[in-house]
Amino acid sequence: MIEQELKMIPAREPPKMAVGTIAWLRGNLFTGPLGTAAILLIIYGLILTVPPLVQWLFLDATWFGASSEACDREGACWAFITARLDQFIYGFYPSEEYWRPNLFFAQLAVLVGWLSIKSTPWKKWVLGYSLVIMPVVSWFLLYGDIFGLAKVDTHQWGGLMLTLLLALCGMIASLPFGVLLALGRRSDMPVIRSLCTAYIELWRGVPLITVLFMASVMLPLFMPVEVSFDKLLRAMIGIIMFQSAYMAEVVRGGLQAIPKGQFEAFDSLGLSYWQGMIMIVLPQAMRLVIPGVVNTFIALFKDTSLVLVIGLFDLLAIIQAGLNDPKWLGNSIEGYLFAGFVFWIFCFGMSKYSQRLEQQLHQGH
Amino acid sequence: MSDPEGASINNTSSGPVNRLLNSILLLWRDASIRPLIMQAVVVLLVVAMGAWVINNTMNNLETRGISTGFDFLSQEAGFGILQSLVEYDESHSYGRTFTVGILNTLLVSVLGIFFATVLGFLMGVARLSPNWLLARLSSVFIETFRNIPLLLQIFFWYFAVLAALPHPRQSYALGDALFLNLRGFFFPKPVMEQGLSAVFISCLVAVGLALFLRYKHRKQRVETGKGISGAPYLMAALIVGIPAITWWLSGATMTFDMPELKGFNFRGGLSIIPELGALLLALTIYTAAFIAEVVRAGIESVQKGQKEAAASLGLKPGKTLSLVVIPQAMKVIVPPLTNQYLNLAKNSSLATAIGYPDLVNVFAGTTLNQTGQAVEVIAMTMAVYLTISLSVSLLMNIYNKRVALIER
Repeated sequence: MIEQELKMIPAREPPKMAVGTIAWLRGNLFTGPLGTAAILLIIYGLILTVPPLVQWLFLDATWFGASSEACDREGACWAFITARLDQFIYGFYPSEEYWRPNLFFAQLAVLVGWLSIKSTPWKKWVLGYSLVIMPVVSWFLLYGDIFGLAKVDTHQWGGLMLTLLLALCGMIASLPFGVLLALGRRSDMPVIRSLCTAYIELWRGVPLITVLFMASVMLPLFMPVEVSFDKLLRAMIGIIMFQSAYMAEVVRGGLQAIPKGQFEAFDSLGLSYWQGMIMIVLPQAMRLVIPGVVNTFIALFKDTSLVLVIGLFDLLAIIQAGLNDPKWLGNSIEGYLFAGFVFWIFCFGMSKYSQRLEQQLHQGH
Repeated sequence: MSDPEGASINNTSSGPVNRLLNSILLLWRDASIRPLIMQAVVVLLVVAMGAWVINNTMNNLETRGISTGFDFLSQEAGFGILQSLVEYDESHSYGRTFTVGILNTLLVSVLGIFFATVLGFLMGVARLSPNWLLARLSSVFIETFRNIPLLLQIFFWYFAVLAALPHPRQSYALGDALFLNLRGFFFPKPVMEQGLSAVFISCLVAVGLALFLRYKHRKQRVETGKGISGAPYLMAALIVGIPAITWWLSGATMTFDMPELKGFNFRGGLSIIPELGALLLALTIYTAAFIAEVVRAGIESVQKGQKEAAASLGLKPGKTLSLVVIPQAMKVIVPPLTNQYLNLAKNSSLATAIGYPDLVNVFAGTTLNQTGQAVEVIAMTMAVYLTISLSVSLLMNIYNKRVALIER
């Protein structure tokens, strides 16, 4: 008979390491020849750009000085920023009154901290204070002319202070209007529904810049001759009208997510429309839309920079004006980097906050 | 109408005034009449407010001596515009400035949408790449540019970067054709000569035929499982072949008008003015950061099981992507993507801040200042943007209805 030789099949290769640095590198960086080539190219590009950038930004930079002439080194001229920092923050606010904006900033910081830290008590009351009382208090604090505070006219306001004020005002005032418009758009009454829809679509369909133009040029025409509006107030009205439409759409999203049973339930309990909305529907809907609200706030915060076109000096406009100062010519990159950095800190912080909220909301279900 | 509360009021009250109040209360309590009353009140309020505003405006215009109506559109404008897609000079009318503005807005919007889509899709896919470094880099790009105001970015490109380019005499040049300097980017302009229009038409015909072939091919594949053999090659042959043959037969020629340095600036050729360049750069990068997030969300929304199912059916990775992942992702991507396109079109109005002659700059800026007819000018400007927005939303709704998932 044929003698069969029994042979072992050769052992398979051991599986590649799935843990450890090398495995991570293989899985995430050097994925095949194409991936490796891409990585090497990227690393080469980074080596080429990052060290000179750091050199320019920090190592070779001039930090203090009285004019562009102080910046005789190769790097960035941060002296432009440090010398004018007060103006960038407070605008043309008189310097002996700086404690008032400072108090406003401090109040803002405390409120934001209080509301975003999870374990603090009395959230409802603090939220109520921030939405209703804080704007009024802040106005009197900054404007003065009351309780022996010196009057500081709004044309002296500017810089970061103005940016924050415009954003806050747009945000807080647009909330109630947004809620009303959203309810109107979902109303059973055809006239109210179509009016609200028309309003929302009109403002969402045009750019903010035309709204600001309209507010600054046409609002004075719309009012009786004897009524005259402050430039800041006109910008605020424009921003609020615009922002309300966006807010309404966000709130509507929340309203649509509330199951129909909730509406039927409050109806059958004998609650009126407003009772049901305020006690049953809105509390649930508003909780759902917080991330969306924060996102519109981010957009609004960036959009406040447009008030420059109607001649208000927000953070960007005041830096732009500073760049034209003959003492500080040629510092545009530094100026824009600083402005970008400030805006970025605020917006990035808010977007992280909204992402965290979104995750928390997801876990609830 | 047999409301118990209404009845109790009826019992305790007497006299004509009370009876009137009572009947009003009864009407108010009636669920079918109350909405009518409320709507009537709202209409009255809106009409009253509108009348008040119109009355005030008329008074104001009269006291300021500003004329009304649209007659100004036919008056001579008398100012120059930096860039125009149609023939325009100082002697044209204000109506013409309106057209020039709209065309410039559309130009920057269309170009911006194209570049932002390309860059955005690349960044969105890169962010999901298994390559860790690439994913990090693209997320840094997205998080940086998304969180900085667009106006600031426009200023940065215009005043900090493009303003640092050399003067025309020291241009960066590529051969004798491409020049980049302070005054813009100059490149050769193809000049159509006779016969070239035939080539152009034949291109359209070729694309049409190719699309028809593709449709037939797909239809046959769905019906029989096998498409027309060699259809992709046939399509390529059509698209390249027909225009080439037409070109050869008609003997058309094409020349280039080259930019040349004359005096202090370049003449001839085509140019992209720095205002357009800066605006385009900023709009592209800013919108691309948002589009990247939209794309990422869309791709992530396709469940892993779909890919696994496709793989177990024996589809190759490329086919899985094109037949299973992308069609499903597109349903999630397209609505927010259109939103981003609309945002880009609206954001192009920031052009006015650096003097790019878009609609807002030319019309709501110079024309408004010269004529003083704020109401008409702003209304026309808003109407243009509104028309764009609403018509795109309309198309969007139709598209959404078509692709919406048909549930059981």
